[in-house]
Amino acid sequence: MAVFAAAIAGVVALNHRAAGNVAVGRAEAIRLREAAHQSGIDFVHRPPTLDPRLAHIAPHVAALGACVSIADVNNDNWPDIYFTTSRFGVPNALYINQRDGTFRDEAAEAGVAALNRPGDGVSMGAVWGDYDNDGFEDLLVYKWGYPQLLHNLGNGRFHNATAGSGLRHWMNSNGAVWLDFDRDGLLDLYVTGYFRSDIDLWHLSTTRIMQHSWDFASNGGKNLLFKNVGNGRFEDVTDVMGVGSTRWTLAAAAADFNDDGWPDLYLANDYGPEELFLNHAGKRFELARAGLEDDSKSGMAVAVGDVFNRGRHDVFVTNISERGFLFQGNNLRINFLKELGRFDEIATGVVADAGWAWGAQFGDLNNDGLLDLVVTNGFISADTGRDYWYAMSKIAGAQGNIFEDAKNWPAIGTASLSGYERSRVLMNTGTGGTGGLVDVAEAAGVTDRLDGRSVAMADLFNRGVLDVVIANQKGKALLYRNAGNPGHWVEFKLIGTRSNRSAIGADVTVEFGGVRQRQVVDGGEGFCSQNDRRLHFGLGDQRLGRVTIRWPSGTEQVVDGLATDQLQVITEPR
Amino acid sequence: MSRLDPKYLIVFLITLVLVAGEARYSILGGYERLATTLGICMATEVLLSWWLRVRVANLSSAYITGISLALLIKAQANLLWPFALGSFLAIGSKYVLTYRARHLWNPSNFAIALLLLVAADSVTVLSHQWGNDLRINLVIWAFGVVVASRARVLHVTVTYVVCFLVLAVVRNAIVGGPLLAELAPITGPMYQLFVFFMVTDPRTTVSTRRGRITVVAIVALVETIIRLAGDFQLAVLRPLYPSPPLLALAIVGPIAMWWDLRRQAKAGPAPS
Repeated sequence: MAVFAAAIAGVVALNHRAAGNVAVGRAEAIRLREAAHQSGIDFVHRPPTLDPRLAHIAPHVAALGACVSIADVNNDNWPDIYFTTSRFGVPNALYINQRDGTFRDEAAEAGVAALNRPGDGVSMGAVWGDYDNDGFEDLLVYKWGYPQLLHNLGNGRFHNATAGSGLRHWMNSNGAVWLDFDRDGLLDLYVTGYFRSDIDLWHLSTTRIMQHSWDFASNGGKNLLFKNVGNGRFEDVTDVMGVGSTRWTLAAAAADFNDDGWPDLYLANDYGPEELFLNHAGKRFELARAGLEDDSKSGMAVAVGDVFNRGRHDVFVTNISERGFLFQGNNLRINFLKELGRFDEIATGVVADAGWAWGAQFGDLNNDGLLDLVVTNGFISADTGRDYWYAMSKIAGAQGNIFEDAKNWPAIGTASLSGYERSRVLMNTGTGGTGGLVDVAEAAGVTDRLDGRSVAMADLFNRGVLDVVIANQKGKALLYRNAGNPGHWVEFKLIGTRSNRSAIGADVTVEFGGVRQRQVVDGGEGFCSQNDRRLHFGLGDQRLGRVTIRWPSGTEQVVDGLATDQLQVITEPR
Repeated sequence: MSRLDPKYLIVFLITLVLVAGEARYSILGGYERLATTLGICMATEVLLSWWLRVRVANLSSAYITGISLALLIKAQANLLWPFALGSFLAIGSKYVLTYRARHLWNPSNFAIALLLLVAADSVTVLSHQWGNDLRINLVIWAFGVVVASRARVLHVTVTYVVCFLVLAVVRNAIVGGPLLAELAPITGPMYQLFVFFMVTDPRTTVSTRRGRITVVAIVALVETIIRLAGDFQLAVLRPLYPSPPLLALAIVGPIAMWWDLRRQAKAGPAPS
């Protein structure tokens, strides 16, 4: 009897130690201060309105579209910020950095505001990349509708180049990534599909539009790979290259995960397992068996980072956890592709359980030489006295043909669904395992409980520290300004010559203090987000050693003796 | 030819469920979970039966419990202790929570209910992890009906299913919305384990056929009350909402067993 009672006590004690109960704050190393309004950013996301036949679950279906991507739009070496919103007639925003700590929305003048139009669909995110190598970052806005390709004219204005580009395919997309998959020096484009592409969410011909499985759904929109053939034209090479997943992809990231010199594609799929498509010399992609296929969850974001300074691209994928109802847990997958042919999933505690997690990004927020992790959380914050979890659980375990039909879903009404959850700032203490990632959000100053979707990082004010921008669904955008720290740092702006000019896909490995950290120039990662393509490395109190750049063209460049605490602009050797 | 002991049919059926679920959907989420539950269930059974009853019990019951827990427990990422402690408590309950030398709870049901109520930060129960695929479920329902029939507990299963369906219509009349949403839960995998392995467990069901039918109908009724409370957002009962049938059985089952055992004791020993 005593042992039996002790076992019950053990359950209670161990449960208390589980995720969410061990978020011990340590504020000394990361200090962030929310400063969006002070910085001139007053962007508020508006959700889409949909076909009336979805009215009973509209808050659930229309819970996407608040996204942020960062790029130096005007080549002044000051990062600018683009936000998408999702309501017809409501403009997206392009905040141009005024170089004085403030931003100014110039989207309308630039011609990148009025993209949410009946018949054309609404914005779900954007990625920047210089697809024509003219030296200016162009913009691809993916939508529930027709994607829009906006060519940067270099004079503060953009030309809508969608017509004739080959990209005008109706898609219900929530993600896209620029990559040069065939290393021809031109940026190609991978656009993910969520709802099927034959669905017009404003004029439904059927209500059978939802997933047919919560775990192994394959009835989502087809992802498309567009090859850049030059002259502003793209060709759909999806089927030839073998990357047409229909697994409700919410996010994609491209990097050379297996170190063969070619960019691979990592997908976070809702209602299904993650997928890694390995690139075989630009000729075809192959779906890898890398320990992902049996681990089915609700992937929302893909963040790429070298968590333990091993010189590898590890992956963090967000998922859902809700007390009592669902523990999928976020995945922190450590890359052992070269040794074992797989990733090992090691997330526990606060890394695994962040709530209903969405966007995530790695970045060294305290310049200590270790990548920290920011995760945004919360799905639908509405009536605090009403909760949709029980109602949703009625159909979640049922047969797929029941809930594939939206009309069979219980009405959500004014209920919340994992609402009012706080963002996480997981500081990497370098003590090994996921126990080394400590949640310091509240102590660091990240206290909002908005429905975070998208997060991006950049050294917005050229101070040698990473700032954090978060786009919130139906809420105001937040800018967490980094209060700084004494650690050394170095940043790289890479300019491709033989490679794409944005250098998207370039791998940079920095050696310092006996370790090496690897980062990749981002063509879009996280959830509907993109970090500034300048790479930021914190060094702590160490000296900078050798820097190895592997350009997308395949050229490897080794640089030594670079000064720290400054931006290094490096042009690819011709 | 001697008739095969029904418990071995149940062993066969739950093994079928395990193999089908793992082969098609990797439902376990890691073989270490199965090894933990099976190992601890069997070891606990051996130790406690030898220690307290001076004989080693037949391990088929521990095997069924071990597999049930491996399938039903869905723990937070990479946690093994819910499987380990859940297994120990499941088998331990057979020896500790007894009345007139009979245990009161179905072991799996006790462990799951306890974990859901006191470890909700770490544990939830099988829901959608079976791919929501009709075909596999139909196969298991078909085998389940055959096995339940051979084990002479089909009346329990049928009564529960009929009650669930009728009460689903009643719930729908009360709360509105799509009728299929109310009917949907019983098409899921958790209910397969519930109707074929828990609610029919011969060791924790009452002694008469009429009594078993009555008890399972009450279980369905209590489940409906929990579900209606969920629909009406009664916050105080939220811990019960993740799995109304399992918790309804955990409430009703032991009361019915206690009442039945007490009634039998008052009636005196059965004639030999």
